[in-house]
Amino acid sequence: MTRGLTPFLWFLFGAGGMVSALLFPVHIFLIGLAFPLGWFDAPDYESLRSLVIHPITRLYLFVFIFFPLFHWAHRFRYTIYDLLQVKHGAQQPIALLCYGTALLGSVLAAYTLLTIA
Amino acid sequence: MPFWWWLQNRAYFNFIVRELTCVFVGVFAVLTLFQIRALADGPAAYAEFVSRLKTPGFILFNTVGLAALLFHGVTWFKAVPTTMIIRFGETRVPDQVIAGLHYVGWMAVSAVIAWILLLR
Amino acid sequence: MEGSNMAENITLTVSRYRPEEESEPTFQSYDVPYNKDWVILDALNYIKDRLDGSLTFRWSCRMGVCGSCGMMVNGTPKLTCAVPLSDYVSSGQIRIEPLQFFPVVRDLVIDLSSFLEKLSSVKPWIIRDDEKPSSEGEYLQTPAELDAYKQFSMCINCMLCYSACPVVGLEPEFTGPAVIALAQRYNLDSRDQGAAERMAVLNEHEGMWGCTFVGECTKVCPKNVDPAGAIQLYKMASATDWFKSMLLPWGSK
Repeated sequence: MTRGLTPFLWFLFGAGGMVSALLFPVHIFLIGLAFPLGWFDAPDYESLRSLVIHPITRLYLFVFIFFPLFHWAHRFRYTIYDLLQVKHGAQQPIALLCYGTALLGSVLAAYTLLTIA
Repeated sequence: MPFWWWLQNRAYFNFIVRELTCVFVGVFAVLTLFQIRALADGPAAYAEFVSRLKTPGFILFNTVGLAALLFHGVTWFKAVPTTMIIRFGETRVPDQVIAGLHYVGWMAVSAVIAWILLLR
Repeated sequence: MEGSNMAENITLTVSRYRPEEESEPTFQSYDVPYNKDWVILDALNYIKDRLDGSLTFRWSCRMGVCGSCGMMVNGTPKLTCAVPLSDYVSSGQIRIEPLQFFPVVRDLVIDLSSFLEKLSSVKPWIIRDDEKPSSEGEYLQTPAELDAYKQFSMCINCMLCYSACPVVGLEPEFTGPAVIALAQRYNLDSRDQGAAERMAVLNEHEGMWGCTFVGECTKVCPKNVDPAGAIQLYKMASATDWFKSMLLPWGSK
């Protein structure tokens, strides 16, 4: 089922690799380390909420989640093939599991970002 | 092919490590989703999420994760120039220039995001 | 000898396999006089001329253009005519094995029929819908048009890249670096009109999509072909084709 989609899935993988390479480090540094450890003042709840509900931020956050999820799915799928030496017949379920998970996360992200108020 | 083929030489091992950084990419995407949902659920839910980020377990995970994402970025910017050949007339833009422009873009984008998150 | 670390002899540990005598390869060691001007191929020929005439291996031009003498040297695929003995004089250990991921015919000689099948599958020649009669003269090409494919035309079919690529080991049907790079050599040639035919062959899991950009093929290539780059460009072309067919279904191929 994923065969004819492979070029498209590779494109999503590429876009996700770029998005995560460019955006994730600064986010992890600030939200994951600097704010919790008190190196900088974290934005308070109200200002963060008003930032997130802005339409551009909603779009940014969807891109931030959607493409990296499919980057993970595509890369992880092939790495599992290589690490566990999965033969052709057993590959389909792994592919469906990976892309299925990414799709689920993307749908949840879209729902959350559309309904947040 | 032996089962532990990727432990047989340095290049194969580095390749697998590079590929497995995608696990951190996936996890951070999901964590971001959870953070947005906590934000949507109200101040109490968000405060609980933030306090969980302060636990030693998360600090350790985020430290390792940051290193993984930096490794991903460096290997990504090294690989991207091979996927694009840009010519001006007869000269081909060198790989280092293309990679360098990616680093500049990365720093610019990071600065913008830091400015938005720190000056609010 | 005083004042120098010049060894008198150097040991080559060579993989032997005689199918009529044994079921598994074994190793045999030979002491070869060390000469700082020798390459590994010289040492192998010394063994065959002076020590053991039964040692079997392929070689031809001895100057890195024919692609015949590829072997594993201390676990890395190399052209034995291009590797100096002096690189190994300090460790004193040289292990020579046939190129990995290929069946072994005898000693250091591999069966390359799978490679040749894969090569012909991508039609590595100029494909044209219409042939110009020679009375109309040559196909003209600008330097820029030559540059577009020149790097990929440097391949000497030495197959070092196949021995470097873990996917070749994991999935023997994988078309492999050199063949895909050679397909690109023709795809990107302005005289060629066969890109669609080759895309149909290589837009498959055993084709370009088996590649996970390990990059070892480019590292070991003795002619700087950069097969990894050729394959990533091909993936980009395939993705572009996919979007074109989705967004412009009425467009001509």
